[in-house]
This record gives sequence, structure tokens and C-alpha cells, in this order.
Amino acid sequence: MKRVALALWLVLAAVGARAIDTEAAFPDAERQGRYERWIHELRCVQCQNAAIADSPVGLASDLRRQVREMIAAGQSDAAIKAFMVERYGDFVLYDPPLTARTYALWAAPAVLMLLALGVAVRVIVRRSKATIDSDPEDAA
Amino acid sequence: MIPEIGTLALIIALLLALAQTVFGLAGAQLNRPSWIAATTPAVAGVWVFVTVAFVALAYSLATHDFSVTYVATNSNSELPLLYRIAATWGAHEGSLLLWIELLATWALLVAALSGQLPVAFRARVLGVLGLVGVGFLAFTLFTSSPFARLSPAAIEGADLNPLLQDPALAAHPPMLYMGYVGTSVAFAFAVAAMLSGRLDAQWARWTRPWVVAAWMSLTIGIALGSWWAYYVLGWGGWWFWDPVENASFMPWLAATALLHSLAVTEKRGLFKSWTLLLAIFAFSLSLLGTFLVRSGVLVSVHAFASDPSRGMFILALLLFFIVGSLTLYAVRAPGLKSEGGFELVSREAFLLLNNALLVTAALLILTGELWPLAMDAFDLGKISVGPPYYNAVFLVPGIPLVFLLAIGMHAGWRRGLLSSRRRVLAMLFGGALLLALLLAFGAYRSAGTALTIVAFTAGLFVMGSALIEPVEAWRRGQKLPRAAIGMAIAHFGVGVWILGVTGVVSYKVEKDVSLAPGESTTIAGYTFKYLGTKPVSGPNYEAIEARVVISEGDRVIAELPTQKRVYRVQKNPMTHAGISVAWNRDLFVALGDDLGGGKWSMRLQYKPLVRYIWLGAVIMACGGLVAILDRRYRVRRTADAAVADGAAAAEAG
Amino acid sequence: MWRYFLPAAAFIALGGLFAFALVRIGQGSLDIREIKSPLLGKPAPGFRLPTLAEPGRVVASSAFAGRPYLVNVWGTWCAECRAEHSALLAIGRTSGLPIVGLDWKDDRQEAIAYLRELGNPYAETLSDNDGRTAIDWGVYGAPETFLVSADGHVLEKHIGALSLAIWQKKFAPRLAGGGAP
Repeated sequence: MKRVALALWLVLAAVGARAIDTEAAFPDAERQGRYERWIHELRCVQCQNAAIADSPVGLASDLRRQVREMIAAGQSDAAIKAFMVERYGDFVLYDPPLTARTYALWAAPAVLMLLALGVAVRVIVRRSKATIDSDPEDAA
Repeated sequence: MIPEIGTLALIIALLLALAQTVFGLAGAQLNRPSWIAATTPAVAGVWVFVTVAFVALAYSLATHDFSVTYVATNSNSELPLLYRIAATWGAHEGSLLLWIELLATWALLVAALSGQLPVAFRARVLGVLGLVGVGFLAFTLFTSSPFARLSPAAIEGADLNPLLQDPALAAHPPMLYMGYVGTSVAFAFAVAAMLSGRLDAQWARWTRPWVVAAWMSLTIGIALGSWWAYYVLGWGGWWFWDPVENASFMPWLAATALLHSLAVTEKRGLFKSWTLLLAIFAFSLSLLGTFLVRSGVLVSVHAFASDPSRGMFILALLLFFIVGSLTLYAVRAPGLKSEGGFELVSREAFLLLNNALLVTAALLILTGELWPLAMDAFDLGKISVGPPYYNAVFLVPGIPLVFLLAIGMHAGWRRGLLSSRRRVLAMLFGGALLLALLLAFGAYRSAGTALTIVAFTAGLFVMGSALIEPVEAWRRGQKLPRAAIGMAIAHFGVGVWILGVTGVVSYKVEKDVSLAPGESTTIAGYTFKYLGTKPVSGPNYEAIEARVVISEGDRVIAELPTQKRVYRVQKNPMTHAGISVAWNRDLFVALGDDLGGGKWSMRLQYKPLVRYIWLGAVIMACGGLVAILDRRYRVRRTADAAVADGAAAAEAG
Repeated sequence: MWRYFLPAAAFIALGGLFAFALVRIGQGSLDIREIKSPLLGKPAPGFRLPTLAEPGRVVASSAFAGRPYLVNVWGTWCAECRAEHSALLAIGRTSGLPIVGLDWKDDRQEAIAYLRELGNPYAETLSDNDGRTAIDWGVYGAPETFLVSADGHVLEKHIGALSLAIWQKKFAPRLAGGGAP
């Protein structure tokens, strides 16, 4: 219990202050944009639920430096992703990769939409064939 | 002494809640008028004793009774009174007590304001609410007592988490819980209806104002939480798709769907079993949220300290209520016959699509939340589902929902889009598109993201569409019923909210800089000049305050003090952002680290239209308030209720 | 009408999932905060770092090739590290394995004083001040302990404070069998 409380305290302590980059931004918008996208999509594994962009802990700033250096060295997005996943696993990606184990997760929007709309449309079509009673309370 | 009174009050409240349950449910079932009559005093008694317990905890906090574990861990002698009171719901045990206090309050309101309901039905509703109360009171007493003593007493308290020392956050949990717990009223009405077998338009009419009230609280509660996260966390983000945020958003989506399906059930007596299911679903998602936040199965920035034994208790409660009610549903629903039809294009059809999309949205969030948990539990690996996933999938039902809303408002019951509105709608759509283009390219000089134009158009289209009916009525000199005005206001709020979200997502500018005193930097046309820092001290914290002057061209528009605080007890640094507010944008300065020589790192942000996010939510809630005041909900004992009462009595006897 | 029972069935399934997860958390066989290292069974990342005592001397992982060794990530700022220190000393003595200490983002003087006070379990103590080696090893919180096989593969990893019980349960069998998990 005490350990849980301590862990929680550490997490919350990490939340209070913002992580702010002291390095200069990239001179071009393209690389700065990629940098910002990456630091928002990589999870700070140490603090459990914040992106490395938002965490002031040491590891987060080390990982931001890593991303910055890889972009500066002209490395591709695929290389950055591979670098992080090799070390921290898929957990580090806020955008879950498409694998056999996440097919259902990524198919959910389409499947649920089709299912819900399918049922709704079926009901609507069935009702539209029913007799429309004329209720005197037709106010709308 | 006071804490023991608190515990005793909770025990009495538990017994009274048991009485409320038995008198309410058994009284109605066995048709014992004296039992039924005893339900109301039991409800009042529960409220009184829960309130005594609640006040006892607040009193212990206010008077620094550090012999109480809860007080010692969540307060401090330097903590200002407002936050000592707010600490009552600042951690797990206390917030559970707030949950129960609000449940008792809802039950009291139902008892007081439901004079027009048939007595047996009313007793059942109160009985179900009593049962929910029994569950949560038992949970508090057996696993999470806020009155547990600490021996030996602490000399000083560990202080309230500094993140929670904020006025918005003091108000956020009560509003949010009011909404969460409010879904239990809809649930109680649904279960009572299934038990009594009477499920008709009348039932929907009784339920509706309660659902609107809960939905309003939920809306305001979520908006307050978002606003708090925006300026207290110092990140300038307003929504993080954190599990705890999702736990409040899912019931909101379900409650919104329920509001709309209740409209159909009330007006046409259709979708009865679906409406029932949604009422159960909304409450289930509230309970699920409570479970996820308190059981320790999820990792979140906001989660309460938790342990698995508590998790098991809530899980048992959750399954009892949800599976119990859903089984009752499975037995009753096949017998519900809905008569009557409607055309392909009709109000009913639009509302059904609305429901399909809202429920899809809620289920998608649930999927994103639970999939990683399932993978982890079965050792299939660990993944993270974060903003990139939610932002993308939420648009799938979200965008069609908004366009259907704009049109659907003008569909008549049973048949057809109101022909008189077709031209207006087409013109409005054209106007909205034009205005969206003007906004994007005129005001912000860029197309933004791929969806910016679509989303601006959608927002403006909905705002315009919501105004059609009120404007027409005004021109004809007619008076609209309050319900219609409320609907128009709420839908207008949806449009405002969309504008805000689109503006800030598409055109925000963030820049991290390191500045020495006297240096300045420019973003989005605003020049931020850093003057220097000075130390300041608050009641329970020390801070460094930086002054930043913002100018636009030659004109100084704001001088922002922005602080980095260190609370004396918990020692963790907190950013207190400086924010300049205007109707069309926020300018946001957050202080980072001292880089030596007076130089500081800071984050500067330009947040266009961000205020419209919360303004939209407030407008939505106002719409709910206006609708709730509609005459038809206030009619005391109407003739048909009296008839229904007679019928119920005859049926029972 | 079986379809009316679907919602109840769905919630029962959901409840089953939660109960399963809670039971596993209660037993300690599931830790939602633990991230399983993708390096298990793969070649160890290696290191090349200055030693804590003599910053001028650089030690590389090749110095340990050919026999199994442990890598322990620690820091004076880490409370759990202090808690596992005595276990680490005992393991170093009894197992006969060399332990490489990776002093992660730490103050050099404080680290030297810390080892002087509590005893030094490490064959070599290396300073990872900029945290690059820690990133290579996928470290996300100290203490973390890796077991590297004679042929340079990561056999096992423990996150959090080590104890003799954990050593016996998790690491000793790997050493005996030698196989990857």
C-alpha cells in the first residue's frame, strides 16, 4: 500500500511541472513538425501515462534529445519508430501498431459503425413499412 | 469523537437504506400501503445521516484532526480553509462519501418532486435507489472508511495534492459526481418500469427531466475538469483521452443518446426496449468508470491509490447491478411491443441514427480503454492506446453525427423533412461553407488540417440550423415551448464547441524558448517580452514569479505574472500558467526551469478559439436547464397520471 | 428470445476479464506498471562507458564477453535501489557472477560516497550521465537488473528492487538451464 502511494506520489509529482525544451527549434517547419509529432506520440514509459513531450522526468528529456538527434541526422520516421520499439516495445507508441493482436482494435471503428448503422437502418426500413397512425398529438 | 459520530451515522444510513430498499421494492410488490408510505421517511433519514457523516469529515478536515488517517494524508495546517473543505472529496475515501451524499440527495429530490407518480411506481424507484445506496455504503464502511483513526496521531498532515488546490477543481468533482450519480435515477426508473411492467410514453415523460438534470451536471463537470487540466497542468491541453477522462465521457455519450431516445419513446411510444437498455447502459458506464478509476487495473495520471481487494468489491457491485438489471431486461423486453411506424426520412429515423452513432462512439472509447488491459491480462504484450487512436476513431461516428444533427432537427415526427425548411437548410449549408472558408483563409490564412474546413462548416451549419426554429417562431410572433427552445440552445452549443475544438486543433502555436530578462520572442504575431523574476510566497507555497509583457505591434495587450510554485509540504513543483484571455484567443505562458543568470525556459502558446470549447459546453448545459423548466414536466398530478395510478392499483390488487 | 440476453452476456464477459486481471494483480503475477523488455532472448545492447572511480578509464561490454554477468541500473536518488543493496551484495558474493553497476544520471561524488557507505557489490561501476546507455538497454526506472549470458544474450530482466527470493525464483533457473525465456 505504501509503495502504491509512493508510486502515485511520484507520478503526480511528475505531472505538476511542465517539460520545456531548452534546445533551439529546428530552423525548418518540416523537421520541427516531425519532432513535435514524435514527442507527442511517444509515451513516457517512466511516468506511465504522459507523452514524452509532457513529462519533466529525466528519461523523457533524454528521449526527446534522442528524437531530436535522429531527426537532425536525417533519419526516417520508420527508423525512429524501430529504435524506440526495439528498446521499449510497442508500449512506447501511443499510436498502436497494426499487428495480429490489434486487428480487432483497429477494425473496431468500421465494424461497430457498420453494425450500429445496419441495425438502425433495418429498424427504420421495417418501421417505414408499418402503418403510420395519425395521432392527433402531431405537434412537430 | 466527531469521526466516530461519522462512522455511526454511516452505519445508521446503511440500515435506513436497507429499509428504503425493502419498503420500496417489497412494499410495491406485495402491495402494502404502509410499507410504501414508509419509503419516503427512510429516504429522508438516509439523506440526514449521510449528510451528518459528510459534515463530520469536512469538520475533521477544517479543524485539523490529524488523528484521522484521511485528514493526516490529505490536509495540512497551512492549507487554506476552502481547500480543507475541498479535501473532503480530494481522495478515494472522501470522494466515495461525496458519491453517496449525492446519491442520497438525488433520492431525496425524487421523493420530493415525484408527487405525480403512481405511489407504487415511485416506491419502486426509491427502492432501487436505496439498493444502490446500500451497495456503496457497504463499500465505504467495509473497505474505505474515511473515518479510520491513525494511532498515534500525526503531528502534521501530508497536505492535499497541490494539483487539487484550485477553485475549479474544488467544484469539478461535485458537478461530475452529480452527473455520474444522476444516471442512477434513470436506472432506477428503468428498473422500476421493468418490475412493474408499465413502460409507456408516460414513463418516458417522468424519466426525461431527471436524465436532463444528470446530463447537465455531467456536461458542466466534464467542462470544469477540462478547464482545470488546461490551466493547472500547465500543458495547455484541454483533453488528454486519459482513462479517467474517458470514464466520464462514456456515460456522457450514453446519457446524450438516452435523452434523444427518450424523446422518441415519449412522443411516439417507440424504441421502448432500446430506451430501457440505454438507461441501464448509461448507469453501467458510470459504475464502470468508478471501477476503472478505483480498482487499480488502469494506469492514469489521475487514478486514485487503489488496491485489488477494493477492486473486487466494486466489481461485485458492478456485476450485481448491471447483470441483474440486464437479466431483468432480457426477461421483460421481448414482451414490449411498439406500435406505429414512420417514414424513411423522419424525426424518429434521425434520432435512431443519432443513437447508433453516439453508442458507437462510447463503445469505441471503451474498446480503446479495455483492449490494452485485455492484452496485458492474457500476457499478449503491452500496448498503449493514446490520443492518436482516439482522435482518429472518434471522428468516424462524430462527423456524420454532426451533419445528421443539423438536418435532423428539422425533420417532422412520422414523416418527412419539413418542406419549408429544405431551402433554408441548403442556403445555410452554403453559407456555413463560405464562412468556414473565410474563417480559415481570411482569419488564419491556412487550410489547417485535412478536416478543418469540414469541421468549421459542420460547426457553423449546426449553429445556424439550431436557430432556424426560434427565428421562424419569433418572426411569426409565436411562442415556442421551453423544451424546443432548450433543444435549440443545446444544439447551438454543440456548434460553438465544434468551432472551438477546430480552431485550437488547427491553428494553435506552441513554442519552447529560453529567455534572459529583456529578451523577447514572437509567435502568431504576438511579441512576448520577458522582464524578469521575483520570489513570492503564498499561504502554503513559495514561488518564483516571472513577468511577461505581451504586445501586438506597438500595443501592449497584457502583462502576465506566471509562477512556478513549490508547495512547502509536498515539495513538488507546480506550474501556474499566466493566461491572457480574449474573445478570439488565449495567450498562455508557462514557466520551465531556471537556466542560470536570470535566464528561464518557458513555453509560449497561442490558442485560438479555445474558450469556445468550454463556452459550448456551458451553452449545452443551459439548453438542458431551459428544457427542464418546460411546463409539461411541472404539471402536478395530471389527469392521466391519476388514471394510471388507478390502473396500477387495480393491477396490483 | 436469446438475443435479449446478449447485453447481460457481454457484461458477464467483461466482468470475467476484470476479475481475471484483479486476481492476477492480487497474486502478483500481473503488474500493470511493468513493461516486459523486448530485449529478452536477444543480443545484449552492450556499453562503453567511463568508470565512476576513474572517469578517464573506459570499460566496454566486450570485457565481460565469454561468461555470464549481471547489469544493475541504479542511482543515489533512487529509494528502491537502497532497499535492494544488501541483496545485491549477497548475490555478488554467492553467485560468483560479476555485476556491472550502471550509475544512471547521478552525481559522481554522491555515488562514490554511497558505495563507500553501503559497500560495493560491483565488479565495475560505470557512469551513464547522459542516459544514452540506459536508453539502449530500454531502462525506464531504477533499479533494473539484467542477466547476460556467456554468448552475450539477455536472459532475464527484473524491474524494481531485487531480493534473494526473486533471485532464486527468476535468475538462478536461467543460469542453470542457460536457455532464453
